[in-house]
Order: sequence, then structure tokens, then C-alpha cells
Amino acid sequence: MTVIGWLQIIFFCVIILALAKPLGWYMTRVFNGERTFLSPVLRPVETGLYWISGVDEKREQHWLTYTVSMLLFHVGGFLIIYGLMRLQAVLPFNPAGQSAVAEDLSFNTAISFITNTNWQNYGGESTLSYLVQMVGLTHQNFLSAATGIVLALALIRGFARASVRTVGNFWVDVTRCTLYVLLPICIIYTLFLVWDGIPQTLGAYVEATTLEGAKQTIAVGPVASQVAIKMLGTNGGGFFNANAAHPFENPTALSNFVQMISIFALGAALTNVFGRMVGNQRQGWAILAVMGVLFLAGVAITYWAEASGTSTLQALGLTGGNMEGKEVRFGIVASSLFAVITTAASCGAVNAMHDSFTALGGMIPLINIQLGEIIVGGVGAGMYGMLLFVVLAIFVAGLMVGRTPEYVGKKIEAREVKMAMLAILVLPLMILGWTAVAVVLPSAVASMANAGPHGFSEALYAYTSQTGNNGSAFAGLTGNTLFYNVTGGVSMFVGRFFMIVPAMAIAGSLAEKKSIPPSMGTFPTTGGLFVGLVVGVILIMGGLTFFPALALGPIVEHLAMNAGQVF
Amino acid sequence: MLREIRPAIVLLVALTVITGLAYPLAMTGIAGVLFPSQAQGSLIVKDGKVIGSALIGQEFRDDRYFHGRLSATVAPDPNDSTKTVSAPYNAANSGGSNLGPTSKALADRLNEDVDKLKADNPGQPVPLDLVTTSGSGLDPHISPEAAQFQVQRVAKARSMPEETLRQIVAANTEGRLLGLIGEPRVNVLALNLALDRAAK
Repeated sequence: MTVIGWLQIIFFCVIILALAKPLGWYMTRVFNGERTFLSPVLRPVETGLYWISGVDEKREQHWLTYTVSMLLFHVGGFLIIYGLMRLQAVLPFNPAGQSAVAEDLSFNTAISFITNTNWQNYGGESTLSYLVQMVGLTHQNFLSAATGIVLALALIRGFARASVRTVGNFWVDVTRCTLYVLLPICIIYTLFLVWDGIPQTLGAYVEATTLEGAKQTIAVGPVASQVAIKMLGTNGGGFFNANAAHPFENPTALSNFVQMISIFALGAALTNVFGRMVGNQRQGWAILAVMGVLFLAGVAITYWAEASGTSTLQALGLTGGNMEGKEVRFGIVASSLFAVITTAASCGAVNAMHDSFTALGGMIPLINIQLGEIIVGGVGAGMYGMLLFVVLAIFVAGLMVGRTPEYVGKKIEAREVKMAMLAILVLPLMILGWTAVAVVLPSAVASMANAGPHGFSEALYAYTSQTGNNGSAFAGLTGNTLFYNVTGGVSMFVGRFFMIVPAMAIAGSLAEKKSIPPSMGTFPTTGGLFVGLVVGVILIMGGLTFFPALALGPIVEHLAMNAGQVF
Repeated sequence: MLREIRPAIVLLVALTVITGLAYPLAMTGIAGVLFPSQAQGSLIVKDGKVIGSALIGQEFRDDRYFHGRLSATVAPDPNDSTKTVSAPYNAANSGGSNLGPTSKALADRLNEDVDKLKADNPGQPVPLDLVTTSGSGLDPHISPEAAQFQVQRVAKARSMPEETLRQIVAANTEGRLLGLIGEPRVNVLALNLALDRAAK
């Protein structure tokens, strides 16, 4: 670890903190339906969309209607992606002549993109036409991100409102989020990325003759417009197989830095939106502090592990850390930082190959996802995930002193705690259940690229990433098999929707409750004690659930590595 | 609930057209006008022929050129489409080795490459980035140390003074942005092009 490395990390954190408040202010205005500086241009488009789709923007929905609207929207999204992938060979914008994608891979990919996972069992440049990349994937990057944000919003409204039966209008929220937040930022962001070197063209792949006379086919495409939303919307699905390690998706140290910021920007700002909506911004800062503590701990461990290198490298006298699978322009620190950010949020873009990380360096991304990606988290998903843990932490605190727990003026009762537990328990069921199946099926074991405990980690990472809707991978695993495509698709579906529905039920039940003013006996939820309590609950829940599996994978591998063992 | 079906279909289609077609196509048009070179892939044209992209690494094996990093990219096996064969710097199928820290295959590869480089350049410490594969398999850069490490070999092959080469390497070394962000690096293709120009 170096001083300049830590300065890069600190600089990153400062910018995220500085952005949270202004972005939070703007997003609050958008979701409260107020005028913004973009309204003169966008308001006519917005009202036009309501008119053709028959949406009454004044009519609010019950939480159940809100959830059903969201589900209907996703069914449509699934059909569009699946259809385009199966038919791409006969559709336009296919200069590379890609053929139709198989049923199981199309199924897995369609679920992957509607759930904001962007798990990729395919290599983009060798599998998909430009049409699928744009209409299938770029559009769903917007809509799945918008969906995540508005669901968090509905839950926040549940806390902020009192004695009402509605939580907002799904159609209005999704439209406003897409038009006023995601699209304007992406337009400017795309132009910046092209200026920095990312291609944006519909032209065919380029045939080059290298300096030494060899032939090189260079894949290009409408890359920048997709990279912008994949980062901002924490989707993470790369245009190319190597994702953000590819020089065309992440050409410079500057593009890398801006991409890292754009992964966290909206998620961090949502804590501020929460604070504003419940009437006390310090409530938002307290939640961001919980995220910050867990984040910095993860960064420190991964950076230390990667900078230390592996025993194989050390034995050969190679100093400078573990550069296998990393790019020179990012080096150890920006690769480690990116890995922690992308898994803390549910982004899943990678600028270095996680499979080649050291055992402990690769364990932190795993843990980040297993904790539910609540450290800033996927846009929206991180916020509602974190609020579920807050509900639990408040409940535990209430048990300790024998009082009915309250949070931001709302009583937390049996229904909320049950729903929060239901949402949280879905993760281990899918992650540990399918990993257990994969390691006893010989055909599934054959997909693992590495032997020994690292192979186990590959399968564990695959189900962790898909259930957590992250999308990053220990990419050595050959995931494009019938078994992994189908079980992974199920994991992504359950991991997304079985968390959303209980969260929405909490939103509905909270909105109906009366708001009670704080009294002498109310547990203050803006201070260090609260932050410590929530961090503790998250680590204990995660530790109890996943420690045994981690012990079989990364921890055993670390011990084996120190003993000089290879597999 | 039935009243939600119309917006589900109409809004989905409308937003798909906006974000999936209008947005990327408009961006393609605007970017093509504002930044035409970058939008096409920062291609380098020499004597009317495309010789590569300034951002994409290419393979160098000749002693007269500086070599880039190891690349783990593959291509479909021409004899059996279900298998793949090694194809370094395949810019139509990016990817890394994905070998883990306790992989025997990785340890064997490292041992072999380090021994070879040590034998060719006795007495010099082997740079880490010359024996590890990059994440994309297309890394255009090496560290300044890795460039200096190769100066002796290139100087001998080209019968050029080492001092001249060290100056060319220094001129092609990029530092950290604002002295803070990123890592010092040398673009191998740019360096080799500069070398060819200097040799004329």
C-alpha cells in the first residue's frame, strides 16, 4: 500500500460526499413532482407520455397496485429482450452477422437485465448484435435502474407519510426518474466518455494490420451510450466480454475515476433524499455513515491483500502486488477500489478479473454482495435493503430496553419485522442452496476453471452475484450451460422480486400508520450509537449466515496459499 | 389492476424507443460530429492502412520492438468450433486468464516466464507486469520499468544507442492525472511507432 494509493481512495470519498447533497436535493424535487430547470424541455414529453399511455398523474396507487404495475412492466421487458435475442439474426443493426442466441442463454440474459443484475454468460462482442445491445440491453439498463430507484422511493414515502393508503404512482415515478434524472446525466456522460476515447459508432468491426503484419479484428460499436447508463444505473453489463477492463469501455485513469463515482453517486444521494423526505437530513447522513464504515473496511482489506500479492509471486521475487488480471493504467489501487465499489453497489462492472484476485482480496467482493449490497448499493435496491436492516436493528434495540421500537416517527411492529426477515432470508436460500447443488453435480463441477477451494469460490460467487443482482463474476466459471443458465436465472428472479415484494409490503403498512412525535424515551437514530448498532446487526447476520461457506472457499484458499500449496 | 395493463404496454414501448433507440442513435450522431476520431475507435492510419487503435494493445514478438503484456485471449478452434485456441490480443473476444492465486497452471506459467526473462536479462529484476496477463487481454500499456527493462534487447536488435532509446521511452511515458489518479505507463504501440520514426 502506498500513500498516493490512499490519497486516491480519500479523494474518491470526498467527491461522493460532496455530490450526495446537491443530487439529493434535485432528486427530491423530481420525485415530489416539483419544477426543475429541465422542466421547460421535458415537461411536454412527460405529459405526452401520460396521455398516450392513459396515466392520470394525480392518481396514486396502493402498495399492491404499485407492485403489480412494476411486475407487469418487467414481464414486458423480459419478452422484448428474449424476443430480440432469439431473432437478432434476421433483424437490422447486425454488421458482425451474429446468429440467434440459444433459448437457455436468452432466458438467463433476459432475466439478468430486467433484474438489474447484468450477469453475462456470453461475451458481448462475440454474441450480440448492435440492435440487442441498444434496444434490448441499454433500454433495460435505464428501466431496471429507474425501477430500483422508485421502489426505494415508495419505501421512503412509507416512512415519511402518515395515515394514508397510497405510496405514489409507479408510472409517474418511473417516467420522471428516467426523463429527469437518468437521461440528462447520461447524455452529458456519454459525450464525456467519447471524448475520452470510448467508441460510439454503428460501423462494422475494424480490420487492422498490426505493425508486425498480423491481422487484428477490432470490435467497436455504440459503446459509450451503454457504458454511461451501465455505470450510473449500477447495471454493470459490459458491451465487451472484459467489461470495464477493456480499453474501449474504460480507456484512461480519468474515465475509470469518473466511472467509479458514477456507480456510487445516485445511491449515496438517495440517503439524502430519505433524510429530506422524513424531514431530517441527519437521518440520511447516519445511514450513509453506516455504509461508509463498511465500505472503508472492505477497501482497506482488499487493497492490502492485492498489494501484498500471492506467495507464488513473492517466491519468484516479483514485487508490487498481484497484477494478474489487472490493467497497467489502473494498477493495484484503482483495481482494488473498483472491485469493492462495484460489489458494494450492485453494479457488477469489473475493471480487473476478480477470479485472479488473491483469496482475501476476492473474499471482500463476495462478502459485500452477501451482505445484501447495502453499502450504497444498487440504485434504489441498496437503499431499501439498508432500510430492512435498519428495521431489524431498531427491533433489536427495542428488545434490549423493552420498548416498542420506533424509527423516524413510525412504530416498528411484528408485521414489519417479519417482512424484513423474509426479504433478508431469501438471499442465503438461493446462494447457499444452489452452490450446494452445484458442487455435488459432476457436470456443474466441470464448469469450474480452477481446482481446489478456488473452484468452490467460483460457484459460490456465481450464485452470490446472481442472487444479489450484482453481475460481476469469478469469470473462469463456464456459466453458459443449461444448468447454470437456468438455476442462475431462478436465483436472479428470486433475489430481486422476493426482496421487493416484502419491502413494498412494509412501505404500505408504514404509510398507513400514524406518525408519533419523538419523546424522551425515543432511541436517537442520528448518532454514533445507532450507526454502530446497524453495522453490528449487518455483520452478525451476514457472518452467521455465510461464514461457513466463506471458510470453505477463500479462507481455506488463503491458508493453502500461505502453506505454498497449488491446485 | 386491469387499468395498469395499458400503461404497462404503451409506456414500455415508448420508453424503449426513447432510451433504446433515440438516445443511442442521437448520441452516435452527435459524437460522430464532435469527436469523430474517438467515436470510430481512435484508429491509427499509416500509409492509408489501418494499423490498429491507439487504445488497443497488439502483439509484439520481434526483438526490434518493445513487447506488451501477456494476453490470455482466445479464438474459436478452426478445427473444432466447440473448443478454443490461444489467440493473444484478439480484439474481437476480450478476456483474462481467470487463473486464481493457488492455480498450478498460473504458478507454472510464471516460473517459466520469469526464468526466461532472467536468462535473457541477467542481473535485472523482472517487472511484474511483463509476466502477468492483463484483465482485458488488450492492455495497451506497460509500466515504465517494464519498458526500461527491454531497452538493452531492443538496442542490440536495432544497433541503436541505449541512451537514445531511454529518451524515447521517457518521452512516451504518461504520468498520473493531476499527479494523483492512475498509474505511470507507456503505450507500447505509440512507443514502437516513435521508435520506427526515430530509426528512419
